[in-house]
Amino acid sequence: MRTRPPRWVRWLVLAYVAALIGAPVGLVLYNAFASGLAIFWAALMRPEALHAIGLTLLVTAIAVPFNTVFGVVCAFVLVRSRNPLRGILGPLVSLPLALSPVVVGLALLLAYGARGWLGPTFSGLGLRVMFDVPGIVLATMFVGLPFVVRAVEPVLREFGVDQEEAAAISGASALQTFWYVTLPNIRHAVGYSVVLTIARSVGEFGAVSVVSGHLVGRTQTLTQYVGDRYMAFDLAGAYMAATMLGVLAVLSLAGLTALRNTVSETESAPRQQRLPQGPATTGKPVAMQLEPETESRLPSSTARAA
Amino acid sequence: MATVSDAVQLEPLHRLRRSVRQAPVGFGLTSLYLSLVVLIPLAALIGQAAGTWDQGGWLAISNPQTLAALELTVGTSVLVTLVNMVVGTATAWVLVRDTFAGRSILDAAIDLPLALPTIVAGLTLLALYGPNSPLGVNVAYTRLAIVLALLFVTFPFVVRTVQPVLIALDPEVEAAARTMGAGGWTLFRHIILPQLWPALLSGAALAFARALGEYGAVVLLSGNIPFSTQLASVYIFGEVEQGSTGSAAAISLVLLVLTVVALVGVDVLRRRWNSYAD
Repeated sequence: MRTRPPRWVRWLVLAYVAALIGAPVGLVLYNAFASGLAIFWAALMRPEALHAIGLTLLVTAIAVPFNTVFGVVCAFVLVRSRNPLRGILGPLVSLPLALSPVVVGLALLLAYGARGWLGPTFSGLGLRVMFDVPGIVLATMFVGLPFVVRAVEPVLREFGVDQEEAAAISGASALQTFWYVTLPNIRHAVGYSVVLTIARSVGEFGAVSVVSGHLVGRTQTLTQYVGDRYMAFDLAGAYMAATMLGVLAVLSLAGLTALRNTVSETESAPRQQRLPQGPATTGKPVAMQLEPETESRLPSSTARAA
Repeated sequence: MATVSDAVQLEPLHRLRRSVRQAPVGFGLTSLYLSLVVLIPLAALIGQAAGTWDQGGWLAISNPQTLAALELTVGTSVLVTLVNMVVGTATAWVLVRDTFAGRSILDAAIDLPLALPTIVAGLTLLALYGPNSPLGVNVAYTRLAIVLALLFVTFPFVVRTVQPVLIALDPEVEAAARTMGAGGWTLFRHIILPQLWPALLSGAALAFARALGEYGAVVLLSGNIPFSTQLASVYIFGEVEQGSTGSAAAISLVLLVLTVVALVGVDVLRRRWNSYAD
């Protein structure tokens, strides 16, 4: 017997969500196209707008792969390493989730700015970090850092090391073990969190605002463009860019839902696959049973047989 | 006979275990990246705040305008967190237990504030509740606008932490309470709510931390009027723009400490709650 909420609670919740989220988002969509597709198109085709879109894509394309590789390696260290410093690594990795983006931007400015700790070193190398693209990339890396780690860590912990050890005994190299045994296990978690990282990277505003310098046509990302156009009373431009970002947000939500559904459909298969057929049942040593290649190529048939 | 072949066979296993436990390369890479992106900047921030503490850092925090901004930030964040605890729990309850057409749309709409860039969130609220509002309601540059923006961006946290706990609740406890005559409000207050508290607190802490530091959603809406609608994050941004990085770092440090205290405090509270429950 599950207690259902009274009717008025449902209506209260629906009214709250409609007033706070539904109506405003709907209105912006309406505003973007209300004056006709031609105006939307013209706003999109402005060189500054196109540059802002290009810069956002570039920054995301650099920051997301870095955060993905870091996230997987860091999750490994958190789960497997016995290094005593591991204990402080976890809270540190989560910190970017809670910090104010303005504080993030300021911290980067103080470290990499012209008068910052490392700024002079980098400018000695001929690299301008702050108020230029590298600074925006750094800010995007900072805010997008936790997602992959947080998603992969629990999965790695749950799967344990049995399969990997079995692969090692059968003579797989470290790289083979990772590629054929570990990666298939964490694939879903990585995919899911990469979508989250992309959404966060495209949408970052505050931290980028501090470090970008707002140079139109040079360091202006798409989110900056929304703010700057609104301040300049160019509502068509602001609504156009906001709509582009909104559509991207909805697409990433749809992607996440699709990924969640795939995971819940295939959830039972890897579980059965995990159980090694021990020597007791077959009389053969484990090492000969778990050839990594056979196992990864035939997951569904093994699962069905089991 | 077994010993020799075992040794040969198990050598790769030992090698794997050794390399996994020490993981020198992994740990090195992780530390290097984390240092460059997170640690060195945070150390620079704290260093700057500490270094200029005597020459203006303390003044920057204790001047009336900063105090007003911090007070408004903490006040609105507390208010927004309380609203979220009520509405978020109600929303999770409706999502898990109610059945009606369009429930999946409601479910999808919950995550929208997380996926939508904050500046877009601000712009959308401004479109409906700002100077060009088709409803004729203009709350721009008021404290109400700040509360609206913070409610928007913090909405998913309580819903998404309470929802899985609500799904996992044992229905038999409720059935038992019902046979003993409990119903409606009594049932919710005494049977459901106590089991939700730990998750509810975690969600509230996340919402509070988010509200404390929010910038993008409020920058267009708040108007940044000193002593009235000036929030700490927008104030810090202004100080940075003016080149007063010293006072910006000092106020940032206060915000940082508040955030960490809120998250750690709730974690301690939650653990204590769980140990009582056990």
